[in-house]
Amino acid sequence: MASNVSSNDKSSMVSTKIVIAGGFGAGKTTLVGSVSEIPPVTTEAMMTEASEAHDDTSSTPTKITTTVAMDFGRITLDEKLIMYMFGTPGQARFWFMWDDIVRGAVGAVVVVDVRRLADSFAAVDYFENNPQVPYIVALNRFDGELGHTVDEIREALEIRPGIPIIDFDARDRRSAGSALTTLLEYALSHPTKEPALAG
Amino acid sequence: MNNRRRRGIRIRPYTFTGGRTRSRHPLMLQTLVSVADPGTAPPKNLLPESEQIHRLCREARSVAEISAELKIPVGVTQVLISDLADQELIYIHPTITGHSPSENQVLERALRGLERLFQ
Ligand SMILES: Nc1nc2c(ncn2[C@@H]2O[C@H](COP(=O)(O)OP(=O)(O)OP(=O)(O)O)[C@@H](O)[C@H]2O)c(=O)[nH]1
Ligand SMILES: [Mg+2]
Repeated sequence: MASNVSSNDKSSMVSTKIVIAGGFGAGKTTLVGSVSEIPPVTTEAMMTEASEAHDDTSSTPTKITTTVAMDFGRITLDEKLIMYMFGTPGQARFWFMWDDIVRGAVGAVVVVDVRRLADSFAAVDYFENNPQVPYIVALNRFDGELGHTVDEIREALEIRPGIPIIDFDARDRRSAGSALTTLLEYALSHPTKEPALAG
Repeated sequence: MNNRRRRGIRIRPYTFTGGRTRSRHPLMLQTLVSVADPGTAPPKNLLPESEQIHRLCREARSVAEISAELKIPVGVTQVLISDLADQELIYIHPTITGHSPSENQVLERALRGLERLFQ
């Protein structure tokens, strides 16, 4: 074979993705920026709103496209493995887009601003209802006090027992990195099945 | 019914792909793509957008990066990549979703990588 080692190496590269979710202004982009090797790319992604799985009238132009800001960062984990982090749009009206961002993710970190617990309820609820995506909750305390015990927060946000809840600082590289590490550990110890194989 | 609803400047990206807006290859935002043969120039008959993708993918790039860099909507980027893959001009790398136990070794590598970087 004439092909050299580097081209062989390149074709064996693989990638993976984790989702950074949470309410508006919770610190998602800050988290991505703290751990990413590139500045977070905020891209005006044009996404289709209609769900492909349920759309069997595909010949008619009923799909609605919307422009939303989604941001992502990248971590090269080893020479053949890249992990992307995708921040979901915080505004509730863009939630239909989450499915596109979440599809195929290894897991999700839900960032919670502890001063505004109610704002993160919808994000927690999304992942509580998507059991094929493992998730953890990361409490961003914005310099202040937690104000509640972790048990109180679990109860208030209806986070099921066993879901890790950590306390972190989205601005700090190591602290933000530990949120990703916690997620990967949790995902590895709680394997999920492909929806088609479930049951 | 009003057939002209929502038609406007956005129609063009979908027409230049021949009307197809679905890709047959599993292409997610994080999926990496690279040129099949890094030594070759893109063929002359490609659409300008496809040629740009071909040039960009001399290094493995994700769908999201290609879309952001070339300012092409994600869905259109996916179709163009899919067409290039059909012509065997580019290679679509496997995407690790963690849904299969066979991927656990890669997830372990991911965890070790994170620990190395952030501990
Ligand atoms: N003091 C303090 N400020 C923070 C912290 N985390 C984030 N911020 C600030 O809070 C603001 C919102 O943070 P972002 O990271 O943009 O939040 P986001 O979740 O991406 O917001 P949207 O994408 O708009 O929903 C920014 O001005 C950050 O600099 C923190 O831990 N402490
Ligand atoms: Mg943001």
